[in-house]
Amino acid sequence: MTNSLNKVIPLKQAIEQYVKNGSHISIGGFTINRNPMAAVYEIIRQKINNLHLYAHSNGTGLDELIGAGCVSKLEIAYGGNGKAAPTCIRFAQAIQNNEILFEDYSNYMMSLRFMAGAMGLPFLPTLSGLGTEILTKWGFSRAMRKSDPKIVDEKLIVIDNPFGNWTGASKVVLVPAINPDITIIHVQKADAMGTCSIQGLSFADIEQVKASKQVIVTCEKLVDKEELRQNPDLNQIPFIHVSAVCHVPLGAYPTAVFGHYDYDSRYLRKFAMAAKNPDEFKKYQDKYIYGVKDHKGFLNVVGQKRIDAIKADPRTGYAVNMKRD
Amino acid sequence: METIQPYTPKEIMTIMAAREIKNGDIVFSGTGISMLAAMAAKNINAPESVIFFETGAIDSLLEELPFAVADPRIMYWAASNSRLTDSFATMQNKITGDKVIAILGAAQIDKYGNLNTTCIGDYFSPEIRFSGSGGGCDVASFVPRCIAFMQHEKRKFVEKLDYLTSPGQLEGKNSRKKAGLRPGGVSVVVTNMGVMRFDKDTGKMYLDKFYPGITPEKILENTEFNMDISTATRADPPTQTELKILRKDCDPQRLILG
Repeated sequence: MTNSLNKVIPLKQAIEQYVKNGSHISIGGFTINRNPMAAVYEIIRQKINNLHLYAHSNGTGLDELIGAGCVSKLEIAYGGNGKAAPTCIRFAQAIQNNEILFEDYSNYMMSLRFMAGAMGLPFLPTLSGLGTEILTKWGFSRAMRKSDPKIVDEKLIVIDNPFGNWTGASKVVLVPAINPDITIIHVQKADAMGTCSIQGLSFADIEQVKASKQVIVTCEKLVDKEELRQNPDLNQIPFIHVSAVCHVPLGAYPTAVFGHYDYDSRYLRKFAMAAKNPDEFKKYQDKYIYGVKDHKGFLNVVGQKRIDAIKADPRTGYAVNMKRD
Repeated sequence: METIQPYTPKEIMTIMAAREIKNGDIVFSGTGISMLAAMAAKNINAPESVIFFETGAIDSLLEELPFAVADPRIMYWAASNSRLTDSFATMQNKITGDKVIAILGAAQIDKYGNLNTTCIGDYFSPEIRFSGSGGGCDVASFVPRCIAFMQHEKRKFVEKLDYLTSPGQLEGKNSRKKAGLRPGGVSVVVTNMGVMRFDKDTGKMYLDKFYPGITPEKILENTEFNMDISTATRADPPTQTELKILRKDCDPQRLILG
């Protein structure tokens, strides 16, 4: 969140500096796409815990963080890991075993909550969720909300449309703003100041970034400022929102980055299989996360063969005819 | 004598759902069989229908079948790649939302077409936790027509949901209006046995069509709540043309049809 000309630092340092035990955090991407996985694995290696995670539809990053015991509170719309695990496995287990506190929302509610945060508003209205248990079932008790200044006192509030029946709506649901301590996203291109260009769907990354007190951007390509300034229409995030930039090629692996690489369905399946069994999961984590020094080390264990198999075709932006398990 | 082409349960479900889609509809699609139904409609009966994903891609080319709504395959040759706040606004906005038909799956459905995609058992300490609402609650709140895709089993067609994630007709009659919701929500249920709809006055589910080889009684046996079957008729089975297009043009590798 500075205007310094050069915010480029190593990922390890960025995580040490901005992600603390108990931080309120959000991560970019959607299920199996553009999750900031290098950052997620670094958080796990640094054994940061007690995180309060805000998620719309999260997937691989969410499940790794929960599986590693980094998350104690979760506000979420959806936890799924594509075909490999339609419901994220460690997420489901953590809830079934009462290991985390959690609260459910819809995708639009969570996106609007980030948007309210980005706009500096206390809340935004929507017509979603009236009559459902998303309104009535609170994961965080009133007492807990009262005692924690970082958690809003009410989950969701329904009011009569203050403009009468204008636009035909009799009631609206108010969703409270989210302003995370830290948001981490992975993008195709960034410059040293932190201006970002995202290719393909941006999901809720832009709102998440603009709502957040600190922002770490990891990028496939660290490019010259001149390259991004030639096409400002393609830049969704100006540098003023960004605290740190980390150049991490393949930084979203095993999730996809449009135009660069596909998701690795084989890795995701291996992860899902391991996640079902505590012993297997420990072996998995030791091999791929704790047993390596950084993301480069992780990719060495994964092997060049997998990296080649998911390489995107320049015409379509994904790996054409890739064998998908 | 009428000859019925051989087909699988997945194939008849896909065709029945595709028949619900009208030309010009904007189809809110998930992955798997729901996407296949959207593709079948586009290729068979609704060439000007548009496939649309909650992640923000609209009218994607889909040269390969995507496995997730964030699959990079949906980003190729789309009319626009936007974001969640845009895609849900498109449905909440009546101008575009009234053209949207959604296809949703669920773990449980009740007699009013309310859906549970959250958990089995107690919400706070469930026996089984599912993925959660995603955009399901949003779209079922906003748009006039939703197709629920279900396997017809007693444990899925339940008297009382373990959690009400996405609104159908809530408690029937005018309860949707009373809650502040527009008319809409789940309007048709397509299963491996038949097609169910909802009574305009009571909001209760009734059997509209049963598939060849299935009796209304068998459907009742697989439904926990009571359901009116008195007006049910046999569904027209998939035609040779429908099956040919589905198999050859929509899923030639049988990634979803199996």
